[in-house]
Amino acid sequence: MISIALNIGLLAVSAALLMNLYRLVVGPSVLDRVLAVDTMVVNAIALIILYGIRESTTLYFEAALLMAMFSFISTVAYCRFLLRGDVIE
Amino acid sequence: MSSFYEFLIAFHIVVGAFFIFVGSLGLLKLPNLMSRLHGPSKATTLGVGGCLIASMIHFAVLQERLSIQEILITFFLFITAPVTAHFIAKAYLHTAVDPEAELPPPRGSYGWSTYESATEARMVRRGPSPRPERNDREA
Repeated sequence: MISIALNIGLLAVSAALLMNLYRLVVGPSVLDRVLAVDTMVVNAIALIILYGIRESTTLYFEAALLMAMFSFISTVAYCRFLLRGDVIE
Repeated sequence: MSSFYEFLIAFHIVVGAFFIFVGSLGLLKLPNLMSRLHGPSKATTLGVGGCLIASMIHFAVLQERLSIQEILITFFLFITAPVTAHFIAKAYLHTAVDPEAELPPPRGSYGWSTYESATEARMVRRGPSPRPERNDREA
Protein backbone atom coordinates (compact mmCIF):
# COMPACT_ATOMS: atom_id res chain seq x y z
CA MET A 1 0.00 0.00 0.00
CA ILE A 2 2.82 2.37 0.90
CA SER A 3 4.70 1.59 -2.31
CA ILE A 4 1.63 2.40 -4.44
CA ALA A 5 1.12 5.67 -2.53
CA LEU A 6 4.82 6.47 -2.93
CA ASN A 7 4.61 5.91 -6.68
CA ILE A 8 1.58 8.20 -6.90
CA GLY A 9 3.32 10.81 -4.76
CA LEU A 10 6.60 10.74 -6.69
CA LEU A 11 4.68 11.01 -9.97
CA ALA A 12 2.62 13.98 -8.74
CA VAL A 13 5.62 15.83 -7.33
CA SER A 14 7.61 15.23 -10.53
CA ALA A 15 4.73 16.58 -12.63
CA ALA A 16 4.60 19.59 -10.28
CA LEU A 17 8.33 20.15 -10.82
CA LEU A 18 7.82 20.09 -14.60
CA MET A 19 5.04 22.68 -14.30
CA ASN A 20 7.32 24.88 -12.20
CA LEU A 21 10.01 24.50 -14.86
CA TYR A 22 7.55 25.72 -17.49
CA ARG A 23 6.80 28.80 -15.38
CA LEU A 24 10.54 29.33 -14.85
CA VAL A 25 11.20 29.29 -18.61
CA VAL A 26 8.11 31.20 -19.78
CA GLY A 27 7.35 33.43 -16.76
CA PRO A 28 6.70 36.99 -17.97
CA SER A 29 8.48 38.88 -15.17
CA VAL A 30 11.58 38.26 -13.07
CA LEU A 31 9.46 37.80 -9.94
CA ASP A 32 7.55 34.96 -11.62
CA ARG A 33 10.88 33.21 -12.09
CA VAL A 34 11.89 33.86 -8.47
CA LEU A 35 8.58 32.37 -7.32
CA ALA A 36 9.05 29.39 -9.66
CA VAL A 37 12.54 28.68 -8.28
CA ASP A 38 11.26 28.93 -4.70
CA THR A 39 8.42 26.52 -5.46
CA MET A 40 10.82 24.16 -7.24
CA VAL A 41 13.03 23.95 -4.15
CA VAL A 42 10.03 23.26 -1.92
CA ASN A 43 8.89 20.51 -4.29
CA ALA A 44 12.42 19.09 -4.38
CA ILE A 45 12.33 18.92 -0.55
CA ALA A 46 9.09 16.93 -0.79
CA LEU A 47 10.72 14.66 -3.40
CA ILE A 48 13.71 14.06 -1.11
CA ILE A 49 11.43 13.20 1.81
CA LEU A 50 9.40 10.77 -0.30
CA TYR A 51 12.63 9.17 -1.54
CA GLY A 52 13.77 8.86 2.08
CA ILE A 53 10.56 6.99 2.94
CA ARG A 54 11.04 4.76 -0.12
CA GLU A 55 14.61 3.85 0.82
CA SER A 56 13.82 3.74 4.57
CA THR A 57 16.80 5.92 5.45
CA THR A 58 17.05 9.16 7.40
CA LEU A 59 20.23 10.12 5.53
CA TYR A 60 18.55 12.67 3.27
CA PHE A 61 16.87 14.87 5.89
CA GLU A 62 19.94 17.02 6.40
CA ALA A 63 19.99 17.72 2.66
CA ALA A 64 16.31 18.71 2.82
CA LEU A 65 16.96 21.04 5.76
CA LEU A 66 19.89 22.69 3.98
CA MET A 67 17.82 23.15 0.83
CA ALA A 68 15.04 24.79 2.86
CA MET A 69 17.47 27.26 4.41
CA PHE A 70 19.21 28.12 1.15
CA SER A 71 15.92 28.55 -0.71
CA PHE A 72 14.71 31.05 1.89
CA ILE A 73 17.95 33.04 1.89
CA SER A 74 18.24 33.11 -1.92
CA THR A 75 14.61 34.17 -2.40
CA VAL A 76 14.95 36.99 0.12
CA ALA A 77 18.21 38.09 -1.51
CA TYR A 78 16.61 38.10 -4.99
CA CYS A 79 13.61 40.12 -3.81
CA ARG A 80 15.80 42.56 -1.93
CA PHE A 81 17.98 43.00 -5.00
CA LEU A 82 14.93 43.77 -7.14
CA LEU A 83 13.55 46.08 -4.47
CA ARG A 84 16.63 48.10 -3.59
CA GLY A 85 19.21 47.33 -6.30
CA ASP A 86 21.53 45.87 -3.68
CA VAL A 87 21.52 42.85 -1.37
CA ILE A 88 23.48 44.21 1.60
CA GLU A 89 23.54 47.98 1.91
CA MET B 1 4.12 -2.80 10.42
CA SER B 2 0.38 -3.07 10.97
CA SER B 3 -2.05 -2.22 8.18
CA PHE B 4 -3.45 0.72 10.15
CA TYR B 5 -0.10 2.53 10.11
CA GLU B 6 0.39 1.64 6.45
CA PHE B 7 -2.97 3.18 5.61
CA LEU B 8 -2.13 6.30 7.64
CA ILE B 9 1.25 6.77 5.93
CA ALA B 10 -0.20 6.16 2.45
CA PHE B 11 -3.05 8.60 3.12
CA HIS B 12 -0.71 11.39 4.19
CA ILE B 13 1.61 10.81 1.22
CA VAL B 14 -1.26 10.98 -1.26
CA VAL B 15 -2.81 14.06 0.36
CA GLY B 16 0.55 15.88 0.45
CA ALA B 17 1.37 15.00 -3.15
CA PHE B 18 -2.11 16.13 -4.23
CA PHE B 19 -1.66 19.55 -2.61
CA ILE B 20 1.82 19.97 -4.12
CA PHE B 21 0.39 19.13 -7.56
CA VAL B 22 -2.50 21.58 -7.11
CA GLY B 23 -0.13 24.33 -5.96
CA SER B 24 2.07 23.96 -9.02
CA LEU B 25 -1.01 23.79 -11.23
CA GLY B 26 -2.02 27.14 -9.75
CA LEU B 27 1.45 28.49 -10.48
CA LEU B 28 1.01 27.34 -14.08
CA LYS B 29 -2.59 28.39 -14.74
CA LEU B 30 -3.41 31.55 -12.77
CA PRO B 31 -3.37 34.85 -14.69
CA ASN B 32 -1.09 37.26 -12.78
CA LEU B 33 1.66 37.16 -10.19
CA MET B 34 -0.44 38.08 -7.15
CA SER B 35 -2.80 35.15 -7.77
CA ARG B 36 0.09 32.87 -8.72
CA LEU B 37 1.67 33.61 -5.35
CA HIS B 38 -1.38 32.10 -3.66
CA GLY B 39 -0.93 28.56 -5.01
CA PRO B 40 2.60 27.58 -3.96
CA SER B 41 2.11 29.00 -0.44
CA LYS B 42 -0.63 26.46 0.18
CA ALA B 43 1.51 23.77 -1.43
CA THR B 44 4.36 24.54 0.96
CA THR B 45 2.30 24.27 4.11
CA LEU B 46 -0.15 21.49 3.28
CA GLY B 47 1.82 19.44 0.73
CA VAL B 48 5.20 19.30 2.38
CA GLY B 49 3.46 19.13 5.77
CA GLY B 50 1.59 16.01 4.67
CA CYS B 51 4.78 14.36 3.34
CA LEU B 52 6.62 15.20 6.57
CA ILE B 53 3.82 13.76 8.74
CA ALA B 54 3.95 10.57 6.65
CA SER B 55 7.72 10.39 7.07
CA MET B 56 7.43 11.00 10.81
CA ILE B 57 4.90 8.17 11.27
CA HIS B 58 6.98 5.87 9.05
CA PHE B 59 10.22 6.32 10.95
CA ALA B 60 8.48 6.37 14.35
CA VAL B 61 6.95 2.97 13.58
CA LEU B 62 10.05 1.55 11.85
CA GLN B 63 12.72 2.63 14.34
CA GLU B 64 10.46 3.02 17.39
CA ARG B 65 11.77 6.49 18.14
CA LEU B 66 10.66 9.99 17.16
CA SER B 67 13.02 11.63 14.65
CA ILE B 68 13.64 15.32 15.18
CA GLN B 69 14.72 16.33 11.64
CA GLU B 70 11.16 16.34 10.23
CA ILE B 71 10.00 18.67 12.99
CA LEU B 72 12.93 20.99 12.22
CA ILE B 73 12.13 21.05 8.49
CA THR B 74 8.44 21.64 9.24
CA PHE B 75 9.12 24.56 11.58
CA PHE B 76 11.61 26.11 9.19
CA LEU B 77 9.31 25.86 6.17
CA PHE B 78 6.28 27.10 8.12
CA ILE B 79 8.20 30.11 9.42
CA THR B 80 9.88 31.05 6.14
CA ALA B 81 7.01 30.48 3.64
CA PRO B 82 4.97 33.59 4.69
CA VAL B 83 8.12 35.74 4.79
CA THR B 84 9.04 34.66 1.26
CA ALA B 85 5.52 35.32 -0.04
CA HIS B 86 5.47 38.73 1.63
CA PHE B 87 8.83 39.66 0.12
CA ILE B 88 7.79 38.64 -3.40
CA ALA B 89 4.49 40.55 -3.07
CA LYS B 90 6.31 43.65 -1.83
CA ALA B 91 8.86 43.52 -4.64
CA TYR B 92 6.00 43.10 -7.13
CA LEU B 93 4.10 46.09 -5.69
CA HIS B 94 7.18 48.27 -5.94
CA THR B 95 8.36 47.20 -9.39
CA ALA B 96 5.27 46.42 -11.48
CA VAL B 97 2.26 48.22 -9.92
CA ASP B 98 1.45 51.91 -10.32
CA PRO B 99 -0.28 52.82 -7.01
CA GLU B 100 -2.05 55.88 -8.43
CA ALA B 101 -3.65 54.07 -11.36
CA GLU B 102 -4.09 50.43 -10.32
CA LEU B 103 -4.81 50.44 -6.56
CA PRO B 104 -8.02 51.73 -4.96
CA PRO B 105 -7.52 54.77 -2.69
CA PRO B 106 -6.98 53.75 0.96
CA ARG B 107 -9.84 54.54 3.35
CA GLY B 108 -7.88 56.05 6.24
CA SER B 109 -5.97 59.31 6.41
CA TYR B 110 -2.70 57.59 5.42
CA GLY B 111 -1.63 56.24 2.04
CA TRP B 112 -0.65 52.64 1.33
CA SER B 113 1.91 51.90 4.01
CA THR B 114 4.48 50.18 1.79
CA TYR B 115 4.69 53.18 -0.57
CA GLU B 116 4.52 55.71 2.27
CA SER B 117 7.53 54.18 3.99
CA ALA B 118 9.47 54.15 0.70
CA THR B 119 8.81 57.83 -0.03
CA GLU B 120 9.63 58.71 3.57
CA ALA B 121 12.97 56.93 3.35
CA ARG B 122 13.71 58.68 0.06
CA MET B 123 12.86 62.06 1.63
CA VAL B 124 15.17 61.35 4.57
CA ARG B 125 17.99 60.41 2.24
CA ARG B 126 17.56 63.36 -0.15
CA GLY B 127 16.42 65.93 2.42
CA PRO B 128 18.21 69.29 2.64
CA SER B 129 19.47 68.82 6.20
CA PRO B 130 20.94 65.43 7.17
CA ARG B 131 19.91 63.96 10.49
CA PRO B 132 21.88 65.29 13.49
CA GLU B 133 23.03 61.87 14.74
CA ARG B 134 24.64 61.19 11.37
CA ASN B 135 26.55 64.50 11.65
CA ASP B 136 27.76 63.50 15.11
CA ARG B 137 28.95 60.17 13.82
CA GLU B 138 30.86 61.74 10.95
CA ALA B 139 32.46 64.37 13.21
